Amino acid sequence: MAHIQLPEGLPGIRGPLVFSPATTQPLCDLVEALLRGPSTLTLAEREIIATYVSAQNDCYYCQTSHGSTAAQHLGGGSAEYELIGRMKLDCETAPLSDKMKALLAIAGQVQKGGKFVTTEDVERARSHGATDKEIHDTVLIAAAFCMFNRYVDGLDTWQPRDPELYVEIGRQTAALGYVARDWKRPLPTAASK
Amino acid sequence: MAHIRVPEGLPGILGPMAISPETTKALRELAEVLLRGPNTLTAAERETIATYVSSQNDCCFCQLSHGAAAAEHMGGNYELIDRVKSDYATAEIPEKLKALLAVAGKVQKGGKYVTPEDVERARSAGATDKEIHDTVLIAAAFCMFNRYVDGLATWQPSDPQAYREMGQRMAHEGYIRTN
Repeated sequence: MAHIQLPEGLPGIRGPLVFSPATTQPLCDLVEALLRGPSTLTLAEREIIATYVSAQNDCYYCQTSHGSTAAQHLGGGSAEYELIGRMKLDCETAPLSDKMKALLAIAGQVQKGGKFVTTEDVERARSHGATDKEIHDTVLIAAAFCMFNRYVDGLDTWQPRDPELYVEIGRQTAALGYVARDWKRPLPTAASK
Repeated sequence: MAHIRVPEGLPGILGPMAISPETTKALRELAEVLLRGPNTLTAAERETIATYVSSQNDCCFCQLSHGAAAAEHMGGNYELIDRVKSDYATAEIPEKLKALLAVAGKVQKGGKYVTPEDVERARSAGATDKEIHDTVLIAAAFCMFNRYVDGLATWQPSDPQAYREMGQRMAHEGYIRTN
């Protein structure tokens, strides 16, 4: 049971989001702008950064739902889900571009704390073609998921372990994003939990 | 010098905010509703939570600016804010706020550190579910703001008067305004 009385049947962040409508709009606007707004980083790249940070923070709901969304942006097959799994285990050996590896290294430093980011980390990203805006967005995505992960785990929310559920969450999120879709409805699987 | 090129002379978070208007609008609205929106926690209490988390994250700009905002909400009581930062357990603040600061301190380390005992302690001191929720989200949000400010190595003024002026504006004018 969650630390506070949350609406039933809503996994992860959705419970607290429905519980607190006043804070939900800026949170949804933020994640929509960061992960789906205009950017030279692809949708998949930004979801991968969010997934990596959530994995480092050990947040099951966020790493599984955003990992699934990233895989869906890449095509949605088992090879894409496998890539996300490998990236979470070791981003340096996963088949990613050098630029992405350098941005994930920055994101990993932000996860530990802002001051861990070094000039060398930033230079490495720049030498692989990252722009100032891409470095800015990487830092803010990583920082934002240090918030979202703490929101989800700090209230001890319900995080089902049903892989099919996360495939569906990934499909819907990749297609519709964070603002437009109906995520306030309890899940059909909730009754059986 | 900051890790990326941001406009000169803008302290702390204002530099990166200036180069990313689409995320800045959401960040400002989040700070406004969390710290100044309708709430049973006072604005001073919420700024105190933000200040404590920022000091645990060792973010100079955030702890000094929000500490000043908290002090301004309390008629300029900067001494109390310093005591909260160095040891809130012995500071002259209500039990409920101490219990909420304990929850916030756990969130700063990581969400899973918050225990049912932490939550029970807050509840027995009179905290509602909404107040516990808001404490967790304020603490989580400052784990974001602090990382945004330090992760880009922003310019952070050393003059205490600069933070007093920021704190006055934050306390009295809020977070949704043009610079």
